Amino acid sequence: MSIFQMTKTVIRNLTGGPATRQYPAVPARTCLLTRGHVAIDPSTCRSCGLCSKRCPCEAIRLDKEEKVWEIDRMRCIACGDCVEGCPFGSLTMEQSYHPPVTEHVVERYTITYVKPEKPEKKPAEESTKEEGVGESA
Amino acid sequence: MTVNEEQTLIDVALENLLSEVEGLHADGYRLVQIGCTDIGGAYEVNYSFDKGYQFKNLRLTVGPETEVPSISGIYWGAFVYENEMHDLFGIPVTGINIDFKGTFIKTAEKYPFSVTRRGGDQCRNA
Amino acid sequence: MPERIIVPFGPQHPVLPEPIHVDLVLEDEKVVEAIPSIGYIHRGLEQLVQKREYTEYVYVAERICGICSFIHALCYSQGIEHIMKIEVPDRARYLRTIWSECSRLHSHLLWLGLFADSMGFENLFMRSWQLRESVLDVLEDTTGGRVIQGTCKVGGVRRDIGQEKLDEMHRELDPFEQKCRDLGDVFLNDETVKYRLRGLGVITKDEAYALGAAGPTARGSGVAMDHRETGYAAYGDLGFKPVVETAGDCYARCAVRVKEVYASIDIIRRAIEEMPEGPIDVKVKGTPDGEYFSRAEQPRGEVVHYLRGDGSKHLARARIRTPTLANIPPLVKMLPGAQLADVPVVVLSIDPCISCTER
Repeated sequence: MSIFQMTKTVIRNLTGGPATRQYPAVPARTCLLTRGHVAIDPSTCRSCGLCSKRCPCEAIRLDKEEKVWEIDRMRCIACGDCVEGCPFGSLTMEQSYHPPVTEHVVERYTITYVKPEKPEKKPAEESTKEEGVGESA
Repeated sequence: MTVNEEQTLIDVALENLLSEVEGLHADGYRLVQIGCTDIGGAYEVNYSFDKGYQFKNLRLTVGPETEVPSISGIYWGAFVYENEMHDLFGIPVTGINIDFKGTFIKTAEKYPFSVTRRGGDQCRNA
Repeated sequence: MPERIIVPFGPQHPVLPEPIHVDLVLEDEKVVEAIPSIGYIHRGLEQLVQKREYTEYVYVAERICGICSFIHALCYSQGIEHIMKIEVPDRARYLRTIWSECSRLHSHLLWLGLFADSMGFENLFMRSWQLRESVLDVLEDTTGGRVIQGTCKVGGVRRDIGQEKLDEMHRELDPFEQKCRDLGDVFLNDETVKYRLRGLGVITKDEAYALGAAGPTARGSGVAMDHRETGYAAYGDLGFKPVVETAGDCYARCAVRVKEVYASIDIIRRAIEEMPEGPIDVKVKGTPDGEYFSRAEQPRGEVVHYLRGDGSKHLARARIRTPTLANIPPLVKMLPGAQLADVPVVVLSIDPCISCTER
C-alpha cells in the first residue's frame, strides 16, 4: 500500500534506539582531522612569522621584539593554513572547539624559545618561564 | 582538466544593446546573468547568455550617471539583475518590468559599490 | 470580484531557513501576484576580493554559503586556474569530484528534510536529516569540517584521502544507498506526498528556459541543463547524464532531487573505483591577469563566478551569480494560482539559498 511507505522506517526507528547523542553529557563526535582550534607550543616557536603571513583572516599577530604571539579567536576561521605552514611544528590543530563566549577573546602567549648556544652541544633550555595566557579586549 | 570553453566577448554600444539582445533571444539563448564591474570611474556591464553550454557575453561600458535601457521586455527574468545593478551600483535602469526603485536589496548604505561613492571604507580590518 | 489583500510572507517564517520576503497579493485564499525582495543579509563578500589575496579568497568564496560551500570554492579555484593556465593533477580532480558530490548529497538531503517539514511530514524530515548526518560524518573524517571543508585551493586540494578511508567509504556506499532509496521511495511513491505536490507551482519547459531557471528548477520542467555535462573536474572522465523530469510541478522538482541523490552516490562510487594515483596539488606561481566566467553546478543549479585579475595579488573584481538569484523569476511566475497554504511548499521547491543570493 502506497500510504504506508514510511511504516517500515518508523518501526525500525522505534526499535532502534535514539539516533542522536545526549550532548553535552556525551561529548560531540570528533575525528582526527576535526578543525577545532589552533594551539601553540611557545617553547618551540622561533618567531619566523610564517603563520601570521599565511593567515587569511589576519587573526595571528606576532611581535618579534617582545616575543609575543597573539591569536584573535573571534577572527580565526580554523582553516589550518598556519598549522600546515609552520616549519617547526609549534602549531597544532586541536579537536575541541573554542567555547562560546560573550566577550572578544585575544589570547596572548609569550614565546619562551631560546636559541641554543652555537659552540656548546647543550640541548635546548628548559622552559622556565611560564606561558602567560591572558585575555584582553 | 579545467574546462576550456570558448567565451565570446562582444563589445556593444548603448544604442545597439536592445537590438543585440533581441537577436540573441531570437537565436534561443538564455540569460545567465547581468553583472557590473567598476573600472575606475565607469562601469562595465556584462550581459551573459548561454545556449547549449556555449557562452556569449555582451559588454557595455557606461559612465556613472548614464541611463541604461532595461532588457526585461525581452527577458522577463532580467529584473533581478537590473534591480541589483541599480541598488548596489546606482546605475539608473529605465523601464524595468518590476521596478523596486531601490528596495530590492536593502543595504544600510545606498549604492555601496558605486564609483561615485568615495568615503570611509567599511570593510577594513581592525 | 473578491477583495484583494496583501499578505507579507517572510522574512521570518517557520519554513524559511533564511530571510526572503515575498509580498503576496491574494484574492480570497488564492495568490494572484507575488513580489519578492531580498537584502536582509547582504555581506559585501564580492568587495572583499580586493582586500584578500587571490589564494586566500577561496576561504571567503567557501563561506558565501554554508551548504554549497565546496562547490563555491571549486568554481572559484577553477576560474583562477583557467586564468593562470594551471593544470590540476588528476587525483585532485577526482577528490574534488568526490567532495562536490558529498556536498550535493548533504545539500539535497537537507532540502528533502526541509521540504518534508514544509508539507508537515515531520517524521520524514527527521529521517532525511539522520541520513544527512552520515554524509557530514564522512566529510568531517576526510576534510576536518562538516560543512566548511576548506580543502579546495588554487592548484589542487589541500588534503588527500587515504586508500583505507576510500575503501571504507566504498563499503559504506551500498548500505547508505539502500537507506536513501527507502527514503526516496516515500517521496516518490507515498500517496499523501503525491497528493500534496502534484500540479502545484507548475512552470512549463519554455517558461523555465526563458526565465533563466537553473538547476533542479529547470530540470524539473524538462530543461536538460546541468553544468556537470561540460565535464569540469572529473565529470568528463566519469560520464554524466542529467536527471530530467517533465511535469514542472513541485513533485517533479522533488523527484529530480531524489534521483540526483542516487546519481551522486553512483558518481562517488565510480570516482573511488577509478581514483588515480599521484600528487594532489601543483605549486602556484605568479598572479592572475585576465578574466573568466567560471561556471559549475551547485546543488541548486548553475553558479557563475566572474573573476577578473589585473596582475596584482588582489583580484580586481569577483562577481558571483548564484542559482537562487536566477530562480527568483521562476518563483514569481510559479506562485500566482497557488493557495496561500501551499505557498511555503512552492517557495521551498526552488530550494532558496538566500545567503548565496546576496553574497
